[in-house]
Amino acid sequence: MGKTRISRQKFLKMAGAAGVAGSTLTILSACQPNTTASGGGGGGDKKELNLYNWSDYVAKKTLPGFEKEAGAKVTQDFYSSNEELLAKLQGGGAGYDVIVPSDYMVAIMAKSDVIQKLDMSKLSNFKNVGAEFKGLSYDPKNEYSVPYQWGTTGILYNKKKIDKVENWDVMFDQNHKGKIAMINDVRETLGAALMRRGYSINSTNEKELQEAKQDLVDQKPLVRGYFDSTEISELVAKGDVALGHVFSGEGILTALENEDLEYAIPQPAATRWTDNMCIPKSVENPDLAHKFINYILSKDAGAELTNYTYYGTPNEAAIPMIDKELKDIPEWNPSPAVFERLQVIEDVGEATRDYERIFTEVKSG
Amino acid sequence: MENRKGRGWSAGLAGLLAPAGLWLGIFFLIPLLLILAYSFGTSGVYGGITLGFNPGNYLKVFDPLYLEIVGRTLVIATLNTLLCLLLGYPLAYFIAFKGRRWRNALILMVMIPFWTSLLVRAYAWVVILGGNGLANRTLQFLNITDGPINLIYTPQAVTMGLVYSYLPFMILPLYASLEKFDVRLKEAAQDLGASRWQAFWKVTFPLSMPGVIAGSILVFIPSAGEFVVPNLLGGSRTVMIGNLIQQQFLQARDWAFGSALSIILAVLLIGAIMFYVRKVGTDKLEGM
Repeated sequence: MGKTRISRQKFLKMAGAAGVAGSTLTILSACQPNTTASGGGGGGDKKELNLYNWSDYVAKKTLPGFEKEAGAKVTQDFYSSNEELLAKLQGGGAGYDVIVPSDYMVAIMAKSDVIQKLDMSKLSNFKNVGAEFKGLSYDPKNEYSVPYQWGTTGILYNKKKIDKVENWDVMFDQNHKGKIAMINDVRETLGAALMRRGYSINSTNEKELQEAKQDLVDQKPLVRGYFDSTEISELVAKGDVALGHVFSGEGILTALENEDLEYAIPQPAATRWTDNMCIPKSVENPDLAHKFINYILSKDAGAELTNYTYYGTPNEAAIPMIDKELKDIPEWNPSPAVFERLQVIEDVGEATRDYERIFTEVKSG
Repeated sequence: MENRKGRGWSAGLAGLLAPAGLWLGIFFLIPLLLILAYSFGTSGVYGGITLGFNPGNYLKVFDPLYLEIVGRTLVIATLNTLLCLLLGYPLAYFIAFKGRRWRNALILMVMIPFWTSLLVRAYAWVVILGGNGLANRTLQFLNITDGPINLIYTPQAVTMGLVYSYLPFMILPLYASLEKFDVRLKEAAQDLGASRWQAFWKVTFPLSMPGVIAGSILVFIPSAGEFVVPNLLGGSRTVMIGNLIQQQFLQARDWAFGSALSIILAVLLIGAIMFYVRKVGTDKLEGM
């Protein structure tokens, strides 16, 4: 794929030659020497950091805190799926310094050569990360990534309308017709169907995939629609659906705001995902990027993040500073027994397209 | 075009055409050629593409699943065009002939939605049609329903959203062609014994054909490529070719197939429009 990719520098030259004014395009302005950087930059350093992140995923005070400490300006852009992030980086026109891909995407990005190896000597706070969040399958030696936040994917439900949520069966129950919303993501939704049958979330077994597909085809008439987790949390909160397939942070936050709601991690298995900080190959100022990552790994920033997002923290040193309200919720802090049965989405390589075709068939039916 | 006089290219004309030509060349033609080249490439497992000659991407469309999606898209786009025409014609007619001094104000009202992005307006419909939204509360207030009913995330919501989005594209060209219409022609027809109905069908409507054609094309093309409305108002339960293309570029990481689908969509649209203009257009246009 390297053949057709135009490097960002080259693109800039071409754009410059064509006389395109770059000031209105973020990707271009990000690359211009920053003359408005706050604080004392000195030495002609580029003191602007472009964070490309999931939306609403960083505490309000965290970025200003870093800006103050590093004397740099942070700008943030958002993406809504790992695939969108990958496509942006592969397109060559990224201009981002730090990105936050989820587990399987780290492996894909390392293989596709769009992220660079981290310099651990600059990440002294990596020691704060708990052992169970180091060396995960997608990056066994933490060469490319360090964890940002983690969570599960489960069910947010209305206790007034649904007695109990023990396992995934409730999402496939004819009695709940029209009250169910699923995540519009093949790995999560087909994954739920696979795990419900006791299979691996990363199955590439033809028979298992066909069974799970048939389950989703049968489920479709019961489902209001396929949305992103944020929309689903809103639908459950407004009472449009009673059972929503959501990410833990949103589920827990929504349930804390409304006592009729509860977030559950269903049997027999559910997704456990970790989002990670990585540095793209095309980064302009790797030092600043490392500085930012190290800042996020500090115990204060780690606690700030979780107290804002309600997702889990891989930062062990931050745990004493997490709000008690959160620590008391078993789904926020699953017991070792629950943690054991969580599954991590891994890259399925060639089978990705089979997965996609299955989901298209389900939604198109 | 046939009675074009000078064939020579003056420097002035070339100078006037250059900016537009350059613009279209850089931002339209080159990307289009890239897509064409990609459509014959081979996708890497992790996205990206190796160029070459691989017609397999086009053969993939013959998968019954994808054929069904292409067929559904054409049906939805055609239906949307017809609905826009049925709703838009009377309105354009009314504004052109009965609008009088309100004409400009009425046309402005048709255009006002353009001042806001389509995405924002689609979200507004999500709020209006939601379980606790304005529509449901009105129905309950009027005692038509006793509880919230499913208005959103249905095929009907998608149809409504498409009509809402593209209706102005039908009204404006219709209005433009009706506004130029010489009312004396209709009066002459009636003087010669035609009923009002006959005068409309034999005189007014044929003379408004350029507007009908332009409006239909302007509505058909974007609605065939639509992917926002089926997602937001359809809850992603309806898959159109636009959704499929988006999926190939993102989730499936299959840029080659996504490009092939884009080319197929473009060819289908050109084909459909040529067929439409031939069938409906030329004989009516000849009289112009």
